[in-house]
Amino acid sequence: MLELHSINRSFGDRRVLHDVSFAVADGRMTGFVGSNGAGKTTTMRVILGVLTPDSGEVTSDGTPITAAQRARIGYMPEERGLYPKMKVREQIVYLGRLHGMSAKQADTSATDLLERLGLGERMDDTVESLSLGNQQRAQIAAALVHEPEVLVLDEPFSGLDPLAVETVLAVLKDHASGGAPVIFSSHQLDIIERLCDDLVVIADGEIRASGSREGLRAEHALPRYELQLDGDTGWLRDEVGVTVVDFDGGYAVFDVDQPATAQRVLQRAIATAPVDRFAPVVPSLAQIFKEVIQ
Amino acid sequence: MTKYTTPGVIPATWLVADREIRMRLRSKAFLISTGILMLLVLASIVVGGLVGANPSKTSVAAVGNAVSVARGIPSFDVTEADSTQAAEKLVRDGKVDAAIVPVEEVDPGFTPGAPQAVKVIALDSPPVSVIGALSVAPEVQLLKPADQNAGIVYLVAVGFGLIFFVSAITFGSTIAQSVVEEKQTRIVEILMSTVPVRVLLAGKIVGNSVLAFGQIIVIGLLAGVGLLATGQDILLADIGPSIAWFVIFFAFGFVLLAALYAATAALVSRQEDVGSVTSPVMMLVMIPYFLVIFFNDNALVLGIMSYVPFSAPVGMPMRVFLGTAQWWEPLLSLAILLATTALVVGIGSRVYANGLLRTGARVKLKDALAR
Repeated sequence: MLELHSINRSFGDRRVLHDVSFAVADGRMTGFVGSNGAGKTTTMRVILGVLTPDSGEVTSDGTPITAAQRARIGYMPEERGLYPKMKVREQIVYLGRLHGMSAKQADTSATDLLERLGLGERMDDTVESLSLGNQQRAQIAAALVHEPEVLVLDEPFSGLDPLAVETVLAVLKDHASGGAPVIFSSHQLDIIERLCDDLVVIADGEIRASGSREGLRAEHALPRYELQLDGDTGWLRDEVGVTVVDFDGGYAVFDVDQPATAQRVLQRAIATAPVDRFAPVVPSLAQIFKEVIQ
Repeated sequence: MTKYTTPGVIPATWLVADREIRMRLRSKAFLISTGILMLLVLASIVVGGLVGANPSKTSVAAVGNAVSVARGIPSFDVTEADSTQAAEKLVRDGKVDAAIVPVEEVDPGFTPGAPQAVKVIALDSPPVSVIGALSVAPEVQLLKPADQNAGIVYLVAVGFGLIFFVSAITFGSTIAQSVVEEKQTRIVEILMSTVPVRVLLAGKIVGNSVLAFGQIIVIGLLAGVGLLATGQDILLADIGPSIAWFVIFFAFGFVLLAALYAATAALVSRQEDVGSVTSPVMMLVMIPYFLVIFFNDNALVLGIMSYVPFSAPVGMPMRVFLGTAQWWEPLLSLAILLATTALVVGIGSRVYANGLLRTGARVKLKDALAR
């Protein structure tokens, strides 16, 4: 369990992080969402110890994180970087060895990862000769080579084509299933929606929401339902406690004042015509995101 | 479930240094420029040896009795002429440097064929080498003979100055580029999250120092072997101790400069800016080079140079070579150099650490020192 406690950090007069606190639980994929400049990268740099916070602390399993524990984090920075003139495998091995692997261990791990990421045939090419997408895969290998216990990934999917996203996802899930806390940021809310167990939303350097995906959804769920009938739904307008939001022949979206109202509507619908669909409307992450960053 | 523990400071430093060395040895530009430098050193020794072994002969024309006089002097290349007029013509045509002809009215006191019995004809100025060879030199007693020949002193000064200058600039700018490369490609963020910043800095300095040192040693060996092979072993015995001091001073002097290069380069984020930001350091390297070339015969300037840390690697070995340094002087100067190096590495690593994450505009030195 990785926890941040009231982290504050300023650059000159600009306060970038205000009392940032949240937790990344073991074995959970945590999505870190925020607009550009909201403080995501600064937060990740603080976790990695690349930046020192002005106040607050990062703890691992309840005790302040040590340099040795930090070295067990796999980090993928937002600004991608590998040595352009070094061969792909050579530099992944180098990074592995900096983390304390022996030359042989690092080589085995690097080769294995690069093959799984689909770079098997390009391992001995220089990084600068790879396409951007392939450089991105190499970057992921760089973050994973030392079999990290925690993953901190800043925008791991940006610049990847849909197939590459699937490849990378498979490799990341593999790592998370071993019980490691994983936190990653992304602008692609659909990916976060699919992948994350937990969610942290940051805006203007403040944490606006954090918790499990389902919990957040429930928290932000409106008492809203949709109904699809094989017949007209015009009668909904006359129901007590119902506000129709959208209406189109046999389809309607409506808000109710209390759960019992929804049940009453369903019973009447069944009595009126065959019901094709009746369901609560779950807000998408994009909606929740827009709502909490306001 | 910790499987791998982070390497200690020394193994990690060596890993970083090892990468620096490997990447440099892979660079064609580096290999070619090193090759050219070695060829130059070797060529200057071989050419110097040839010139020293075969001093060029003076060509003279001789007539009649003067022929035997001229032939008696080994440094003359004698052409026989039929008459004084013919000899004069050879001088006018530039075929010979001078002509030696018999004096028409011989002083009865002289025997024919003695130097006094000949006249020297030259084109526009008295031919010193010919006159010298034909004259009787008085006995000379030197009260304070110079330890070293002025020409050799100059060559040694240029040699120390040039080697220090070329190595410091080559490897100093390599460090600067390597720092900016990591900053520009942002890999520095991954590196910083893996190993302490001072390990990164130390690795860079060690890696490039090993290369610079290796280059100096190869040049030194090449010069030594070259001097022996061309039969100039007396010069080698003379210059040996100062070369040894040069190597010692260079080792620490280079670390000092390397720290300065790394720190200043960390202030910028693009290769294009490396030149301008490191130019003050470049000046520190160039000044001793010019000073030693222009003032290698000035005891005061050399004395000051041999204690100022930036010029000591050139100044002190020069004084050791000239024999003007007391035995304790190199040690004192080395102590000053060591203290300065320690101080500069301390300040330099602070500037380096603070500069690394600040990408974009050039970082002010004041800000980089602050926190």
